[in-house]
Amino acid sequence: MLELITFSLINGVLYGMLLFMLSSGLTLIFSMMGVLNFAHASFYMLGAYFAYQISTFVGFWPALIIAPVLVAIVGAFVERYMLRHVHQHGHVAELLLTFGLVYLIDEIIHLVWGRMPVDYRIPEVLDFTLFSLFGIGFPAYRGFMFLVGVVMFVALYLVLTRTRVGLIVQASLSHPDMVDALGHNVPRIFTLVFALGTGLAGLAGVIAGNYLITEPGMGWAMGPIVFVVVVFGGLGSLTGALIASMIIGLVTTFAIGLNLSLADLFASLGLEITREAFMADLWFLELSRIGPILPYLLLVLMLIFRPRGLMGTRET
Amino acid sequence: MSEHALRLVELRKSFGPTEIIRGVDLDIHKGERHVIIGPNGAGKSTLFNLISGRFPVSSGRVELHGQRIDGLPPHQINRMGLSRSFQVTNLFHRMSVFENIRCALLWSMGYKYAFWKLVGRQRRLNEEAERILEQVHLQARRDVPAAMLSYAEQRALEIGATIAGGADVILLDEPTAGMSLTETEQAVQLIREVTAGRTLVMVEHDMGVVFGLADRVSVLVYGELIATGTPEEIRANTAVQEAYLGTEVA
Amino acid sequence: MSEQSIKQTPAHIAPAPRLRLLRGAGIWIGALIVVLVLPMIFSSGHSVSMLTQMCSAIVFALSYNMLLGQGGMLSFGHAVFSGLGGFIAMHVLNAVNDGALVIPLELMPIVGGLGGLAFAIPFGWISTKRAGVTFAMISLGIAELVAASALMFTGFFGGESGISSNRVVDHTLFGFLGVSYGPSIEVYYLAGAWMLIATFAMYLLTLTPLGRMANAVRDNPERAQFVGYDPHLVRFLQFSLAGFFAGVAGGLTVINYEILTADALSAIASGTVLVMAFIGGIGFFFGPILGAILITYLQTSLSSFSEAWLMYFGLIFVGMVMYAPHGLAGIVMAHRPALRSGRAGKLLLSYLVAAVPTALLLVGLISLIEMGYHLSTAYMPEYPISLFGVEVNVTQLRYWLGAVAITAVGLAVFLWVMRLIRRAWHEVNAALGGERT
Repeated sequence: MLELITFSLINGVLYGMLLFMLSSGLTLIFSMMGVLNFAHASFYMLGAYFAYQISTFVGFWPALIIAPVLVAIVGAFVERYMLRHVHQHGHVAELLLTFGLVYLIDEIIHLVWGRMPVDYRIPEVLDFTLFSLFGIGFPAYRGFMFLVGVVMFVALYLVLTRTRVGLIVQASLSHPDMVDALGHNVPRIFTLVFALGTGLAGLAGVIAGNYLITEPGMGWAMGPIVFVVVVFGGLGSLTGALIASMIIGLVTTFAIGLNLSLADLFASLGLEITREAFMADLWFLELSRIGPILPYLLLVLMLIFRPRGLMGTRET
Repeated sequence: MSEHALRLVELRKSFGPTEIIRGVDLDIHKGERHVIIGPNGAGKSTLFNLISGRFPVSSGRVELHGQRIDGLPPHQINRMGLSRSFQVTNLFHRMSVFENIRCALLWSMGYKYAFWKLVGRQRRLNEEAERILEQVHLQARRDVPAAMLSYAEQRALEIGATIAGGADVILLDEPTAGMSLTETEQAVQLIREVTAGRTLVMVEHDMGVVFGLADRVSVLVYGELIATGTPEEIRANTAVQEAYLGTEVA
Repeated sequence: MSEQSIKQTPAHIAPAPRLRLLRGAGIWIGALIVVLVLPMIFSSGHSVSMLTQMCSAIVFALSYNMLLGQGGMLSFGHAVFSGLGGFIAMHVLNAVNDGALVIPLELMPIVGGLGGLAFAIPFGWISTKRAGVTFAMISLGIAELVAASALMFTGFFGGESGISSNRVVDHTLFGFLGVSYGPSIEVYYLAGAWMLIATFAMYLLTLTPLGRMANAVRDNPERAQFVGYDPHLVRFLQFSLAGFFAGVAGGLTVINYEILTADALSAIASGTVLVMAFIGGIGFFFGPILGAILITYLQTSLSSFSEAWLMYFGLIFVGMVMYAPHGLAGIVMAHRPALRSGRAGKLLLSYLVAAVPTALLLVGLISLIEMGYHLSTAYMPEYPISLFGVEVNVTQLRYWLGAVAITAVGLAVFLWVMRLIRRAWHEVNAALGGERT
C-alpha cells in the first residue's frame, strides 16, 4: 500500500506539472484576451511533433528549445492573422475559430506525419534508472520532466513579476477592464501573451510526447482535461490553475492505482452483490476505470457549488 | 404603513472595506415624484441597485408596499411592482423596438414561460405594446433593432420598457443624461406623462429637471442622506448648499 | 458573450398581415413539395439514405440553434441528448421487437424526444444556471462525462459494437397502406414527415413568449430580470425543449441506420452539430437547415472519396468564421435588398467573372491537399491517383509544381477579382441606401 501511495504521489505530481504547463498558458490567454483557446492542446501536440521532427535531425536537446519557439511562432501567427480578424465579432466567434483550429491542426498532423504514432523517444542520456524505491525503478526522465516543470514555473513567475509586460499581464488578471485603458500597444501584448501561452503548451508537448506517446489523438486526450483544470482552478487565477493541476493530477493518478468498486465496498460491510444485481455495471465498476471521468465529475460539481472555481475572482 | 410605496431603513452597502451606502433611511410616499440628487460618486446608482435587487444589501431593510424585498432576486422584486431603468442604456439590443416593449409586457400580462401561445396572436398584448410605443413616440421606428436607434431614442425606449410592465413604483436612473436641451425637455414631458398616477423615484443631475419635476428631493452625499424635502426647502437648506448645490446653482 | 453581432431577422417586415400569412404558408408548402420530390430525382439507395440522414441532421441542427442562435448558449455537448434519446429509442424498439411493448414505429422519434428531454431536464438545470463561458464549459464537462460513461456501461450502450435493432415491427400506424418501413424510401418519407413537423414546431416556438424571452435573455439577461423573468428558468426551459428535439433527431437516426454506437454522443458529434448550425448561419431560423444539408452531404459523399474530408471541413469552418460569420444564411440574406430592387444583375455578372479564378484556386488547393494526403498516407505513394481527370504521380516533382502554379495563378486572379466584386457590391448597395432614405 505504501509503495502504491508513494508512486501515485510522484506520478500524480508529475502529471499535475504537465497539466500546469498547459493550464498556465490557457489561463494567461483567457485572462488577457477573454479567449478560451480551444486549440490549446493542439499546440501541445504540435510541440511533440515538432520536437520529434527536429530531434531526428539534430537530436533532443536543441529540439527542447527550438520546438517550443516554433510553436510560439505558430501561435503568434494565429493571433495576428486569424484571431484578431474575428475579434470584432466577439468572444463566441473567437472561441469558434480556435475550435475550427483543432480540426485544422489535427489534419495537418495527419497530412505531415500520418495517422500512426511516431517514434519519438526519450534521449539515451536520460534513459536510466535514477533510484529504486520498494524495488521499483524510478526513470531519470521523470526527474528531468520534474526539473523542466520547476524551471518553467520559476521562469514564468519571474517574467510575471519582474518585467513590464508581466506586470501589465498581472494587472489584467485582477482587473480585466484595465487592459482597455493601456493604450496602443495592447494588440502586441495580445500577440505576445498568445505566443507565450502556446509556447508553454508546446514545451509540455516536447517533454511529454516521448514520455507518453506522440500520436494524432494526444490533443483530444489532453484538451478537455486542461479545460477542467482551468475552470476548476478559477478562470483568471494562475495560483488556482496550479492547485487545480495538482488536485486533478493526483486524483486521476490515485484512481488509476486503486482497483476498488462499490461492490467491494459493500462486501466489506457484509453485503454481497451478485453480477445479476440491478445496475450491476455500476456496482462492479472499478475506481480505476472511473479515473478518466473523475475530472469532469469534479468540474461539474465545482461549477454547481462554486461557479467561479477554487481561486477565481470572477465568473465567466 | 400603506402610505409608503417604498421604504429604506438603515440601509448599508459595503464593497470590501469601503462603505458606499452608510445607513440611509428614506420613505417614499405613494404617488409622489421623488428625485435623488448628489455629487458624483455619492452612491445614487448603488442605492438603485440595492433597491432593485441587483446588488445584495449589507445590512438594513428595503420595503415595497410594506413588504420586505431586500434579498429577493430582481425578477421577483419586479413582479411585486417595481421597475427600473439604467443609467447606461440596457436593452435587448438585437431585438426590434416593438419586441423590446412586448417582452417587457409579457410577464405582467400573465404569459409567464408559455411555449404554447403565439405572441403574434395575442391581441391585447400587441395592442398594449402599440399603445406604449405611441406613448414614447417610437411608432416610426417600430421594427428597427434597438442597437440601431439614436441615443435619445434608446433612452425613450428604455423608459418605455421600464413602464411597460405596469409597475406602480418606477426607478429612473439619470434618464436625461447626455441629452441636448430640446431632447431633455421632451424626455421630461414624456416622464411626466408615463408616470402619472405612479410613484417615481429618479436620479438626476440636471437641476432644471429636478426642480421642475420633483414633489420632493433627497440629497445623497457620500452614502448618507443629508436632507429630504420639497424643492423649495432643499434650495433653502444651507447644509445642502454647502455640500453640493452651491457649486452648481449659484 | 453578448456582444456578438449577429443580425436578427426583424419579426415584422410587415406587408398586409394576410399576405404575410399566405407567403408563410407558401414556404411550408414549397418545403413539403421539395421533400416529396427529392427522392424521385436522387433515387439511388445511397442518395435516399443520405436524404434521410439530412432530415435527421436538420432537426438536430435546428434544435442546436435553439440554444446558440436563439438562447445565446454555446453548447459543446448537444449530441448527449440526441445520443441518449437515440439509445432510449433503440432499447424501446428492441422491446417492441421482443413483444414487450406495443408502440408503432412511426412514434419512435417521439420516444427518442422524450428520452432526450428526460436527460436534458437534470443536465439542463445544472448547466443553465450560468450563461456564457461557464455554460460552455459545463456543457463540455457533461459531454465528456456522458461519453466516458458510455464506454463503461456496456449493458446500455453496447460497447464498441453498439446496439442494433430491426425497424420492421408488427405495429405501424400506416401498415394498412402496405407500408412496412423495410425499404429505405419508406423510411425517408417517415423522416421527411417528422422533419417538417419538428421544423414547424421549432419555428412556432420562436414566436411564443418563451421563444421571445429566450432571445431577450440572450441579448441581455440582466434586463430580462428587470422585466420579471428568471433567466435561469428561461434558459432551462429552452434547453429542455432543445433536448427534446435533439432526441427526435436521435430517434430518426435509429430508424434510418438500425444501429447506434457510443460515437453518437461523442464530443465529435457535438462539434459537428455546432459546425452545421454555424456554417448555416445561427442568426436566422433557416440557417442551420442549410448547414445540416451541406455538412451531411460533405460527410457522406466527401468522406467516401477523400481521406482529407476533415481538412476541407476544418478549412470551410475556419473560413466561414473569419470571412462570413453570419453563415450561408447571412450571405443569402445580404443579397435580399439587391434582389428585391432588381439590381442583382450587376452583382451576378461580377460573380460569374469571379467563378473562373475561384474554380482554378479550388482545383489547385484540392490537388495539393489530395496529393499531400496520398503521399503521406498511401501504402504505395507512387501509385498514380486521378485528379480532375489527370493521372498524377505524387512522387514526381513536376505534378507538385503544376499544382502550385495553378493555385498561385488562381489566387492572384481571385484576389484581383474580389476587388471588382467588392466595388460592384458597394455600388449596388450604396444606390439602394440612397433610395431608401
